[in-house]
Parts: sequence; C-alpha cells; structure tokens
Amino acid sequence: MFFEHYNYWIFVILLMIGLYTVMSRSNLIKKMIGLSLFQTAVFLFYITLGKIEGGTAPILMEGEDVLYSNPLPHVLILTAIVVGVATTALGLALIVRIKETFGTIEEDDILRMEDEQK
Amino acid sequence: MEEFTDVFLMVLLIVGTLGVLYVNNLFVATMLLGAVSLIMALIFVNLDAVDVAFTEAAVGAGISTVLYLGTLALVGANEKPRGKRSPIPLLASLLVGGILAYATLDLPKIGSVDTPVQMSEVTERYVYTSPEEIGVPNMVTSVLASYRGFDTFGEVTVIFTAGIAVLLILRQLHRRREDEETPGNPPFQKVKAEGSPHDLVPHVVAKLLIPFILLFGLYVQFHGDFGPGGGFQAGVIFAAGFILYSLVFGLDNLKKLIPVHFVEIILAAGVLIYGGVGVVSMLKGANFLDYNILSADPIAGQHLGILIIEIGVGVTVTAAMLCIFYGFAGRSDELEKNNGE
Amino acid sequence: MNALFSQAPILAIVIPLMGAPISALFRGAVLPWAIATMLSAASFWFSIDLLVHVNTVGPISYELGGWEPPWGIEYVVDPLSAFVMMVISGISTGVLLYARESILKEVSTDRLGMFFAAYLLALAGMMGITITGDAFNIFVFLEITSLSSYVLISMGERTDRRALFAAFQYLVMGTIGATFILIGVGLLYAMTGTLNIADIASKFDAIAHTTPVRAAVGFLIVGVAIKLAMFPFHIWLPNGYTYAPSIITAFFAGTATKVSVYLMIRFIYTMFGEDFSFGEIPLTSMLMTLGVIAFLSMSVVAIFQDNLKRLLAYSSVAQLGYMTVGIALASEMGLIASITHVFNHAIVKTGLFLTVGAIFYMVGSTYIKDLAGIGQRMPITSFAFVLGGLGLIGVPLTPGFVSKWYLVQAALERGDMVGYGLTIAMLISSLFAVIYVWRVVEVMYFRPAPEGAECKEAPLSMMIPCWIFVIAIFYFGIETSVNIGFAEAAASFLMGGAK
Repeated sequence: MFFEHYNYWIFVILLMIGLYTVMSRSNLIKKMIGLSLFQTAVFLFYITLGKIEGGTAPILMEGEDVLYSNPLPHVLILTAIVVGVATTALGLALIVRIKETFGTIEEDDILRMEDEQK
Repeated sequence: MEEFTDVFLMVLLIVGTLGVLYVNNLFVATMLLGAVSLIMALIFVNLDAVDVAFTEAAVGAGISTVLYLGTLALVGANEKPRGKRSPIPLLASLLVGGILAYATLDLPKIGSVDTPVQMSEVTERYVYTSPEEIGVPNMVTSVLASYRGFDTFGEVTVIFTAGIAVLLILRQLHRRREDEETPGNPPFQKVKAEGSPHDLVPHVVAKLLIPFILLFGLYVQFHGDFGPGGGFQAGVIFAAGFILYSLVFGLDNLKKLIPVHFVEIILAAGVLIYGGVGVVSMLKGANFLDYNILSADPIAGQHLGILIIEIGVGVTVTAAMLCIFYGFAGRSDELEKNNGE
Repeated sequence: MNALFSQAPILAIVIPLMGAPISALFRGAVLPWAIATMLSAASFWFSIDLLVHVNTVGPISYELGGWEPPWGIEYVVDPLSAFVMMVISGISTGVLLYARESILKEVSTDRLGMFFAAYLLALAGMMGITITGDAFNIFVFLEITSLSSYVLISMGERTDRRALFAAFQYLVMGTIGATFILIGVGLLYAMTGTLNIADIASKFDAIAHTTPVRAAVGFLIVGVAIKLAMFPFHIWLPNGYTYAPSIITAFFAGTATKVSVYLMIRFIYTMFGEDFSFGEIPLTSMLMTLGVIAFLSMSVVAIFQDNLKRLLAYSSVAQLGYMTVGIALASEMGLIASITHVFNHAIVKTGLFLTVGAIFYMVGSTYIKDLAGIGQRMPITSFAFVLGGLGLIGVPLTPGFVSKWYLVQAALERGDMVGYGLTIAMLISSLFAVIYVWRVVEVMYFRPAPEGAECKEAPLSMMIPCWIFVIAIFYFGIETSVNIGFAEAAASFLMGGAK
C-alpha cells in the first residue's frame, strides 16, 4: 500500500511544507520560495500519473512492443514550469521595488507601516 | 534498485524542503531550493519525463536560482526571526494535506498499465498514432507543438507577460546617456579597466565556453523533434550564454552587444512568429494553428509548423530571460551609481 | 456563415492576444492606447456576433489546430460563455475609451506601450478562460490574466506605494488559487484520462464516488473561490482595488471576478452536474452560508471605510455574495439572477469606479473626507456617481433592482424558512448599501468645500464614457430584454442542455 502510492505521499508532504512556508513566514522572499516548493510538488504529482512500470521516455524507438510513458502530463508540466518561473520573476521584481519604497521585506513591518500611513 | 534510488532521492527532497523552511539565511534557503529542483529533475528522469527533467534543471535549478540570488543582492539575505506564531498556517496546511491524502486512497497504483490515464483514447493516439500523423519521434514535441499547440501559445504569452512585467516594474531610474561614453572606445579596453588580473581565468574560460553554449542552444532548438529539447530549453540555454558573458565582461558590454530596445523587439517578435503561423493557417482557410494546411503534404506541413513555432518559442524565451536579467542586474548597477554619487 | 465569421471564436481572443506584443513595440502614449481601444472594440464586435449567433442557431465548437476534441483543445461558444465574453469585452472597451487622460496622470508615461500590452493580455486571458472547453487551457489563460493583473495593479505605485504590496499579496493568493485549480484538474485527469470539459462531464457520474474526484471538486471550488474573492478568501481584493490605477480598478471590478463566477457556474453545472453538486455534496448550504455572510458582513464593513475606492471594493465582495447565493439556490431562477447580476453589477461598478477615477483626476484623492463640496464643484461627475449609487443599491428602474428581484423570487420559490430568511437578509443588506452610498453623497453635497478649491469638471474624454455607463445603467434597468433575455437563455441551456 505504502509503496504503491509512495510518490503521492511525497507530493502531499512537499505541498504541505510549501504551503506552510508561504503562510507562516513573514519574509517575502521566503514566501516566494515556499510558493515555488508548493508548485514543484504539483509537478511531481502530474509526472507520476504518466509513469508506466517498465516504460521508457516517450520518444519513438526501433522495435515492436516498446512501452512508452504517457507524454501528456509531461507537456502540461512543461507549461506549468514556465508559468512558475514567470511568477517567480514577477514576484521577485515586486519584492525589489517593495524593498526600495518600504525599506523592508518583512510582511509584519510593512503591514505596520501601512497602518500608520492611514 | 530503481526503487531504492527513488526512495533515497525522495528522502533527500523532504530534507531539503525542511531545510528551506527552517534556515534563516536566505542565501542558504535559495541554494537548498536549487538543490531540491535538481533532485526533482533526477526523479523526473526516473519517471521517464526527460523533457521535463531538462527544463526543471535549467529553470528550477538554473534561472530561478540566478533570479533569487540577484534579488538577494539587492534586498539582503537575512530573515528576521519571528516571535509569535499563529496556528492558522499549520492547520490550513494540515487540512489541505489531509484532503490530498484522502484523495490518494482511490488513486490507481503508480506505474500500472490499466489506469484511466494510460487506457485513455487520448493517450493512445498521442503514443501510437502521432508518429505517423505528425512524423515526429518525440511525442512530447508532437503534443506540445501540435495537438496542444494552443496551450504552448499561451505559455509563450505567459513568458512574454513576465518579460514586460519585469521591465514595467523595474523601470530604470535614469535613462542611461550614451554620450557619457567616449565614442569609438573599443569594448576590450573597458574590460581591462573594470577587471582585475584575477579575472584572467574566467575570461579565458568564458571565451572558450560561450560559443559552445550557444551552439548547444542551437542543437537543442532544432533537435527537439528527435530527442528531449525544443524552443523553451534552447531559449534558456541561449540566455544563459549571454548572461555568462555579462557576468564576466560586464553588463554594459552585453548591453552594447544586445541593446535593451532590441531585446524588447525580439520579445514581441517571438509571440508574433508563433501567432503568425496561426494567422497564416487561418488565411489559408483552416483553423488557427492547423499546420496540415501549410503544405500540400500534411506531414511536411506539420514539420514546417512545428519548426517555426519552436523558433518563436526560442526567441521569446531568450528575450524574456534577457529582459528579466537586464531588469534585475540593471537595478543593482543603478543603485551602486546612486550610492556612489 | 461567411469565412470571417467561422473564425470568430478564435478572433475574439487572438486579436487582443497578438495585439499585446504589437502595442508593446510602440513608444509614446497615444498610439498604444489607440491600438488597445480598437482591438478591444474588435473583440467586442466578434463577441456580440457570437452571442447573437448562438442564441439563434446554437452552440459552436471550434477546434484549435484542426484537432478534434478530446485530442486537441476545443473552444465552446454557448449562450453562457458568449454572454460573459460580451460583458468582458464590452466593459474593457468602455474603460479604454476613458483611459487616455486618466492613465497619463496616474501611470508613468514611458513604456505605456507595455502597460497597454499588459491590459490587452488581461483581456485576452479572461476571454480565453471563458471560451475554452479544455480544463488545462483554463489554467494557462488564468495565469496570463493573473500575471498581467499583478503588474497592472502594481502600476498604482506612482500614486501610492502600497500598490506594490497589494500586488504582491494578490500574487501569493492568486498563485495558490491557480495551483489549487491545477491540482483539481490533475486529480480529474487521473480518474478520467482526459482534459476536455465535456468529456470529463460525460465520465463524471461513473467516478463521482471516488476519493480523488471528491477532493478534486473541493480543490476546484476553493481555487475558484480564491480567485472570485469569495468570503473568506477576499482579503486581496480591497487592497488591490484601492491602490490600482483608476482604470485598472474599473476594468477588473467589471470583469475579473465575473470570470470567476462564470468558472464556478461552469464547474458546478457543466462539469460536475447539478445532481452531484447539490445532491451528493452539500454545496448549497456551504455556498449559501458563505454568500450570506459575505453580503451582510462586507456591506457593514463598507460603511466604515474612509477611502471611496476601498468602500466600493468591499461593496464588490458583498455583491459577489449575491451571485454566489444565486448559484447555490440550484434553480433556474437563481441562475438567471446570478448571470444577470454578472452583467448588471459589471456596468454599475465599472461606471462608479470611472466616476471615482474622474474625481481622483481633479481632486487627487479618493478619501471621502477630501470629497467635501464636490457636488458643487463637479456637478456632472457627482450626479453620475449618485445615479450609479442608485444602481448599486438596487433602486427600481436600475439593473440592480432587476437582478435582486429575480434573486428574491428564486429564494421565495423554495417556500421554506431558508427562503424567507434569505429575502430578509437581502433587504437588510440593501439597507446597508443605502447607508454607505448615502455617506458619500452626504459628504459630496452637504459638506462645504474647503477654501480655495477649484471648480472644474474632468475632461470631456473622461466624462463621456462615464455617462455612457450611467445611461447604460438606466437603459438596461428599464429595457431588460437584453440582459434578462440572454441570461434566461444561458440558464435554460445550463439546466437543460448539458448533462
């Protein structure tokens, strides 16, 4: 039972750690790192779905009866990885500007400054 | 044996992520994140996803790490320790994890042949018919560029969005004035002026390496039909070559070689090349991105279509990575100048 | 059906999508704006074309790349998606007509080409989410929309640095929401082996009892709820709407959350089927509870805001509560109410945010205390705000009244205590709306203007679009055949057609 779903358990644990990092940490960079982990966990889930026991990478080979793993999840995750890095770049750019205007990248401090500004 | 490697890698993965969570130095956290990505890429190889592994290694462990390091250089690397902890994040993550654990109960056994995913008519056609229908041995390329080519168009648009977003957010503080430079100043003098004798080794190594990096980029770009690779990975490799050049020879020299405005133009051009294929197929009377119509022979049409859109992807990805690099690296240059004044 | 029309489904999306890189190439202010406005108008034109077509001839399926579904990606134009596309592109075009002066004042003038590129991408993304019949394609276009919205919101930093942090908060929430949708799609894919929504729907009943599918439903609903700013996931919305540039707030208030309402309806009715959503799992009680809490509590919160934009933002969260309740009622009448309210609230809220933008243009502030005496200084703008406010409250002859009328009917149709309770709650919430609108009107008209305040209206190029929206509010409040007619068609299609 455990080994049949081994990758899925790892996916769940990674996802939980990622989500917890995003939500519990006040440092904005740490939040972005958590978000990256959170997304990476989902990649593992999709890729696992496509795996066939004894299969090979989905690139046509000579010979009959070759078992190929499913290419579709790979395609989806290629897209998701791209989306992930785009989000990271945008988030980090915002963090740089936040540091320049607020002088800090700790959420707690920023929220306090925003309250004072009101 | 394979199972053992799997288990070992996964344990490393968990240790790595826990490290990311608990370490207070953000440099260390970033490096650990890069390591986690690299381990993930190895796991993807084990799971037969070579294209994804390639991309994850290039992007997760490569580009992302560079971006984080660039940001840390600008904002500082220490996380402030925190006193109070609210229980809500923990509860929320446990709840999400719990629901997912519950979801996995009825999921079919990993790797079995008779799961809905493997039995699906969708999979069947992608695996068994695509080599004849599209004529490309790499099924990932067939699905990516043809069957689901519109998703990939969306993906290119996402990258384009990220490029213009970083340019908009990290707008340069001052316009760089060209007349500050002495006209006709050959670039190598500047290098000498900036560098120290210790830079000799990196200079030589970089000069040796960069042509090969670019050549490898071209190979990955055009070999994507037959093996892992394609426009996206090639774009990242290309950009990496230029970024290496900039790291060794200075940002200003790279900007002279590839001006920001030119990068902006090719950033847009890539999307237009991709979309242009769709427009041409519409003008020829077929649906958007239908490559069959591009040539009298459908297989030749598919080949042509995939070739052109992959070039579009490669161009936009290279340009977007450079835009993002210019945004971050330009920022630190500006700050240094401002502090110096 | 001519050749151009047969391509209309893709043209409505690809015109703004490919217009973005073109707009990004141009420097200067006027040309990118003109390009964006024209392309948005073209998209609007194709949407109207499609809407008329599907309501007379029937749904259209467009195969991208010429690959038939489920192997390729399919675009599906049905009465619901066409209606929502018409709303999105229409609002976008109206806002762009107004944008030129406002944007010059609020956003730095260099790189406006890229600003409008991001705007067009947000538009194309939302249109793409609406029209697609492929579950993963939703995720891709959702991310196009999200990334461009983060950067558009952050562009408010010139007026208020808090825009940057608002954009970051939205980025974190939005990414979590989108990833939840990705997980949900993945779980459904694991059990069905397909990504086509119609295909998933046809296989759904056979696997509805399995744990991955149940979890998938949860992840999809929560993911959309985050994007929809449904209570209690709404925190990103007030900040985002308050600090974004005026036209961006007006644009998103009329479109972004509406797309999420659309996705909610799509998932619940088309993908899961109403028997499962409301019979097998307690979606009615969950959504209804959250909806009622949303419109009651957020209306109260709105009363106590000191910033006009934030007040209207909280009011938006409250209005989204009405739409959620309409979905949760699980009846044709409830759906009509929700779908009509998508349209009605879009024009009312966008109109209001545009007038606020005009006030900001002249006064330089959206804090209510700074608006004293505006009624005398800017009578035309202020009057537009009052008329829009009436629409927000839901006074008869405005579309707000029409949708609430349908919602009350849908509630009373149940004939039980819940229905009556709901009606009373809606009355109370409308009363709160009267209070928060009145608070602003009172300051505008009955507080003396500070000494030396100038007495000037906003430029004509801003006033005319504002008044187009105001006139539209009353037109669609009185002549309801358009909004109600198309909403009825969409609702009966959902209840009868699919599944």
